[in-house]
Amino acid sequence: MAEKVLMKGNEAIGEAAVLAGCRYYFGYPITPQSELPAYLSKRLPEVDGVFVQAESEVAAINMVYGAGSAGARVMTSSSSPGISLKQEGISYIAGAEIPCMLVNVVRGGPGLGNIAPAQSDYWQATRGGGHGDYRTLVLAPNSVQEMADMTVAGFEFADRFRNPVLLLSDGVLGQMMEPVTLPDPVDYDVNSKKWALGYNGKEKSERNLCSSIFLDVDELEEHNWHLYQKYQVMTDLFSTGEYKDFAVEEHLCDDAEIILVGYGIISRILKTVVEKCRKRGIKAGLVRPKVLWPYPAQVFERLAKTANQFLVVEMSCGQMVEDVKLSVNGKKPVYFFGRTGGTIPSDFEILNEVDKLVRPD
Amino acid sequence: MSSKVERIILAGFGGQGILFLGKVLAETGMHAGKHVSWIPSYGPEMRGGTANCSVILSENEIASPMVTVPDTVIAMNRPSVAKFNLKIKAGGMLMYNSSLIERQEFRDDIRLVEIPASEIAEELGNPRVANLVMAGAYSKFSKLITFEDLVAALPGLMPGSKKEMLEINLAAFKKGFDFVEEKKYMFGRYVYSVFKGI
Repeated sequence: MAEKVLMKGNEAIGEAAVLAGCRYYFGYPITPQSELPAYLSKRLPEVDGVFVQAESEVAAINMVYGAGSAGARVMTSSSSPGISLKQEGISYIAGAEIPCMLVNVVRGGPGLGNIAPAQSDYWQATRGGGHGDYRTLVLAPNSVQEMADMTVAGFEFADRFRNPVLLLSDGVLGQMMEPVTLPDPVDYDVNSKKWALGYNGKEKSERNLCSSIFLDVDELEEHNWHLYQKYQVMTDLFSTGEYKDFAVEEHLCDDAEIILVGYGIISRILKTVVEKCRKRGIKAGLVRPKVLWPYPAQVFERLAKTANQFLVVEMSCGQMVEDVKLSVNGKKPVYFFGRTGGTIPSDFEILNEVDKLVRPD
Repeated sequence: MSSKVERIILAGFGGQGILFLGKVLAETGMHAGKHVSWIPSYGPEMRGGTANCSVILSENEIASPMVTVPDTVIAMNRPSVAKFNLKIKAGGMLMYNSSLIERQEFRDDIRLVEIPASEIAEELGNPRVANLVMAGAYSKFSKLITFEDLVAALPGLMPGSKKEMLEINLAAFKKGFDFVEEKKYMFGRYVYSVFKGI
């Protein structure tokens, strides 16, 4: 096994991208993700890659569109306000079915907000974000190791589904250091995509076109149903198919009376809460979605039969709780506890919420 | 201090090497085969402002990397004591830089460890290694990392550094460790007793 290195989450994403064969990065600095472009500005030239600090987020995402169309593995990253700026380009990329990796190290919003960690971009991430009927695959790591592993997995998913993949992180995960075992390097062939503009195995008469323009009404409807079917395939693969174990982590759920639900950094805190609950005789379990779209609804459908109640904890005023409610579908009560503005809820205050629900007197 | 996990908050002025001190402890823990995490406080900081970070060393996998109730606070300046003193776990430890923090009315349910880190660093000829004096001192109390672990981890923390720089850092570790070893520090509720120091 490779040796462990102590790395910041943001840097781990950068190194993992290089190992996954990414040779193009376009971005614009913003706290709390700036270590990522800083790392790649040094690292990409070492592997004959291209790093461009673009003049704006809008420019950066359109450079991603270009490099992705040419068949390259390409990445951009930003934090919340910057990701909002990129949405037009992300919509174009989704429409043109260009694989690429997007990273959002979420900070507090709305508006300029602040630079503290938050989870308030869940809706934007999982509902498309830009205009039109589209989806991005959304991955939610909860450790520096997963920041690296999910970056590599994300590039694979992006290529497989010809779809943008969003790594949804937050300020804590981006800034924190943990030991990482770096993934093995991937030997990526830039000339492996038959649809790409740069594909050189074409017949002379063939032309490839990557576009999201479908002016004809029937053509656009056909295209949208094609995208819809692709999203259905992705949903099946992540709920019952080959990626179902990748999509979710369950901890002590089998006999749990109360299920705590959280993603990202919150799931780490919830694990501590579950341990403390168990010591106090409260049968608590944890569901941690690792993929936020497609949402692992099947897990909640199953647990709604055995658990008495659900408590969703987020660093927002309540966004993912809507997906949990849709999945539980009224069979059991779903409660919410959140902190926002950059405050990270402590295990004590979450434990207090659990107490109120389990022992209501 | 639990033998399984050590939760530490390190705090001081920007420029005192607080984040690096945290990294030294985390990297050392990793080299010693422990699970570790390091989280910086980050904000719209400026020079001369405060800096702090949270480090966990653990024999088991770390669930939450957040430190709300530290076992140990290492405070390099006065505002850090004010900020974190009350958060320390009962029976925990406050290790402070007595060169910059005068003795005051501390809690009596924690272990107090005074280390004149800045003075020791100046004696070594480089006031910037006060942070590493604290690392050496901490290793004497830790159940998870040893002085030898610190020494072994140092070269990896300072790739490309000059030999003299490595040596003064090692000397700082040693001075901090010895200061505790020779029991020159005060601790417990006896902090008000006569203390001559070095």
